[in-house]
Amino acid sequence: MANSEQVEFSRKRRFKNRVKNVVQNPYNIMVLISVLLMIYLIVVPLGQMIKQTFTLAEQDAARIAGAKPGQFSFYYWKRVLVGSISDKMLWIPLKNSLIIAVFTSIFGVTLGSLFAWLMVRSDLPLKKFFSLALIVPYMLPSWCKAMAWLTIFKNDRVGGAQGFLGYLGMQTPNWLAYGPFAIITVLVIHYYAYAYLLVSAALSSINSELEEMGEILGASKARILTKITFPLVLPAILSALIMTFSKAMGTFGVPSILGLKIGYYTISTTMYNSIQNGQEKVAFVISLILIAIAALTVLLNQMAIGSRKSYSTIGGKGSRSNPIRLGKWRTVITVILFIFVILAVVVPIIILLYQSLMLEPGNYSFDNLTLHYWVGESVPTIDQGEPGIFKNPQFLKYVGNTVKLVVLTSIFATIFGQLIGYINSRGRNKASGKLVEQLVFIPYLIPSIAFGSMYLALFATAKKVEMFGYRVTLVPSLYGTFLILVLIAVVKNMPFASRAGTSNMLQISTELEEAAMIENAGFMTRFFRIVFPLSKGGMISGFMLVFISIMKELDLLVILMTPSQQTLPYMAYAYTTENLLQLSSAVTIVMFVLVFFVYWFANTFTDADITKGF
Amino acid sequence: MSRIELKDINKYYGDNHVLKDINLVIEDGEFMTLLGPSGCGKTTTLRVVAGLEKPQTGYMYMDDKEVINAKEAFYLAPGKRNLNLVFQSYALWPHMTVFNNVAFGLEVDNVPKKEIRERVKTALGRLKIDQFIDRYPSELSGGQQQRVAIARAIVSEPEVLLLDEPLSNLDAKLRVEMRSEIKRLHNELGTTIIYVTHDQTEALTMSSKIAVFFEGVLEQVAPPLELYQNPATVRVADFIGNPKINFVEGTAKAEESGLSVESIFGRRYFDKSDLTDEALKESRYDAVIGIRPELIEISETPVDDGIECTVYSVMPAGSETLVYLDVAGSERILAKLNGLVQYDMNQKVWLDLDPAGLNIFAKESGRLVKRAELEN
Repeated sequence: MANSEQVEFSRKRRFKNRVKNVVQNPYNIMVLISVLLMIYLIVVPLGQMIKQTFTLAEQDAARIAGAKPGQFSFYYWKRVLVGSISDKMLWIPLKNSLIIAVFTSIFGVTLGSLFAWLMVRSDLPLKKFFSLALIVPYMLPSWCKAMAWLTIFKNDRVGGAQGFLGYLGMQTPNWLAYGPFAIITVLVIHYYAYAYLLVSAALSSINSELEEMGEILGASKARILTKITFPLVLPAILSALIMTFSKAMGTFGVPSILGLKIGYYTISTTMYNSIQNGQEKVAFVISLILIAIAALTVLLNQMAIGSRKSYSTIGGKGSRSNPIRLGKWRTVITVILFIFVILAVVVPIIILLYQSLMLEPGNYSFDNLTLHYWVGESVPTIDQGEPGIFKNPQFLKYVGNTVKLVVLTSIFATIFGQLIGYINSRGRNKASGKLVEQLVFIPYLIPSIAFGSMYLALFATAKKVEMFGYRVTLVPSLYGTFLILVLIAVVKNMPFASRAGTSNMLQISTELEEAAMIENAGFMTRFFRIVFPLSKGGMISGFMLVFISIMKELDLLVILMTPSQQTLPYMAYAYTTENLLQLSSAVTIVMFVLVFFVYWFANTFTDADITKGF
Repeated sequence: MSRIELKDINKYYGDNHVLKDINLVIEDGEFMTLLGPSGCGKTTTLRVVAGLEKPQTGYMYMDDKEVINAKEAFYLAPGKRNLNLVFQSYALWPHMTVFNNVAFGLEVDNVPKKEIRERVKTALGRLKIDQFIDRYPSELSGGQQQRVAIARAIVSEPEVLLLDEPLSNLDAKLRVEMRSEIKRLHNELGTTIIYVTHDQTEALTMSSKIAVFFEGVLEQVAPPLELYQNPATVRVADFIGNPKINFVEGTAKAEESGLSVESIFGRRYFDKSDLTDEALKESRYDAVIGIRPELIEISETPVDDGIECTVYSVMPAGSETLVYLDVAGSERILAKLNGLVQYDMNQKVWLDLDPAGLNIFAKESGRLVKRAELEN
């Protein structure tokens, strides 16, 4: 009988059971694997990068009396922070980056939030059209818009073909064609999309009853907007602000196209230059400063929002909402919105298309039109003999590379994102769940270009250790392989993929799993028969998010790219730097069509919703 | 065959001690209800039995098989305990049809396809929902979903059926109907049932035994009638019964032949035979007298030992009438009378109390010292 006073107690059995409990719990195994992977792929590279900045390289050791290569040194930090060229290397670019980031986030978020409010809460006409048109900028890489900008405003002072306005006889001033004004404008019409997506998600989760209550109490529309609606979406607006700021701080493509020609450097372009000049360690120092700034902004954000973050879901019950009438403003606002869509969305695409059809750059007359850059054979006198993209065997290879990279990355990032989302959602109250959540967030803080240089630092050479008489490769030399591109793209997109996964998994009540547990279903059965089928919709959304982001990714990959691994964005960028604008435009158009098609397909045939990842 | 024994179960969520030394035996075939206000630990106890929560200390046995041995970190997996659970939210898998929901457990156990079909049909037939076999949960009403959840739980013929507030999401009419349905099911299947609820009417009408929880402590385990007539503590007395029991304060004095209690009801004597062990431990102590409203009788003319009081208000409700009375000018007590009765407000009436029906509690410990005599 079991009710004896002293139940027999076996230490051995307890130990065995304890081990079994830990090992047989799939949650623990998932946590263990993901923590190990993230330490290896995120923490170690970061640590490696920090270490590098304190280690003297061979070529620099000679400059310091009595120093040996490999020795600990503050040389690089001193050089960047207080050295004779630190103004040029850090402070001026930093100032430029800050100006760009601050203005971009203020204008971008204001614009995006306004659009979001109009789309979600007002009786704006043609919502279906606008809802698609307003996220097109998100599908087009930011630097493509920079190219379009140049095509219009380029002047003859810098060399190369003239812009459209120049062709019409109007010489544009330098400040308009290049530099901060151009960069900020281009970034604003790109990054408003993030704020738009974030804020509209928050707005649509607000129960309109909250606003109607204000109306019943006799508050005016303006008062309701400022006193009820705005405070409710403030957390979303703030996080959009932070996201835009940190993205703008690290952005590379736009400032490189619109800044370098007039010697206007930002932190990211300086960093890229340092790496190209073999000054990796200096670049790492700059990266770390950039990471610190990003971390600081996120910290400020968390302090500012804090517990108020939960606002966004309050009253999420009511999906019914009565739009607010715009009244006499309706027509005016619609027209303004139309003009915006034409300028920010339609014009850049048409310019790129038109540019790809111009035989001689800078000549905008109709008799200059040609399909040479699309389907023409190689002609030695045109563009150093580069054939049209569809006749270029390289192009097809790059399309293949891109598709391979995008598909692999999206699949892996989605699967890991969902698994980590599972850990986050099921381990919300556990230390392990919080650890995973924090770890996976780190890549968010690290600007793309810094992330690229970090991986370059880690994977440039193989690192082996002697273990039990065997040579074990701890870090393989991955530089120049396709694998490293997939790896970095997956890791960098993990914050978004896992957030999509978390919100997806949170919708699946744990009771649904427990009900299966009681039916004696093992973890795999539960996962494949219950969790997976229920999370399909969210998975496709997560997939889309990563897909679009990698399809146009340049900043992250530009440092790691080797000739044989090139992707479409890199090809377009490379053509731009060689001033082969028509070819570059043609490649960009192809890229855009691919992204747009996939988005349209997912939107039409699945219940994907890319706003989930924010 | 399934006798369940919980021994010294303690469960903590961080610093929050949610189950405190739970000891409970559930006999084979019993309908045991875990009753208590929300947050009292009843659902946690159920989840411990199901295997969804691991207590930090304690043992659990099903028959003589060890299921939990916290000291040796042994917890049998939920699926291996041969029990099933009906969740409060039903937890039906929304992407599966009614058939697939019910068949899931059998499929996991690799039951042959033909048998699955038959058993699912039998289970659905038993709950009168066989016509919905190909529907999805979202296409069913709340009551129908409830039946699917129960069908899913009984199809595998578990030895123990656990129900976690299964009726709380149903409307009042459906709830009454499902109560009798579940009671019949218990009778037909003969399984042990553990039923969690905060609704005392549900507990009293359905169970063969009730375990009352307060703040993680198991306060009393008793058959419904015993629980109603002789609640072990003031807390239980206060929680059980609708309308609520009346409490009147008094002073108890131990005497040779029993206990005398002085209160607004006058001085009353209680024979030793009705007293608990604790009744005579102290010679004099504060007491609380509990009297069920339906045990109070009212007379319009003075009676022997009657207590004079005035009518505060009268609330006739057809089959019964509730009368609020002021005793000795200060205490207000409630009487429940059968049928329609009419009194004037402020009318003078006399209470006729049967001392046998009174419960007396020691005020300090809150424990019962004088039992009411059971009528059956």
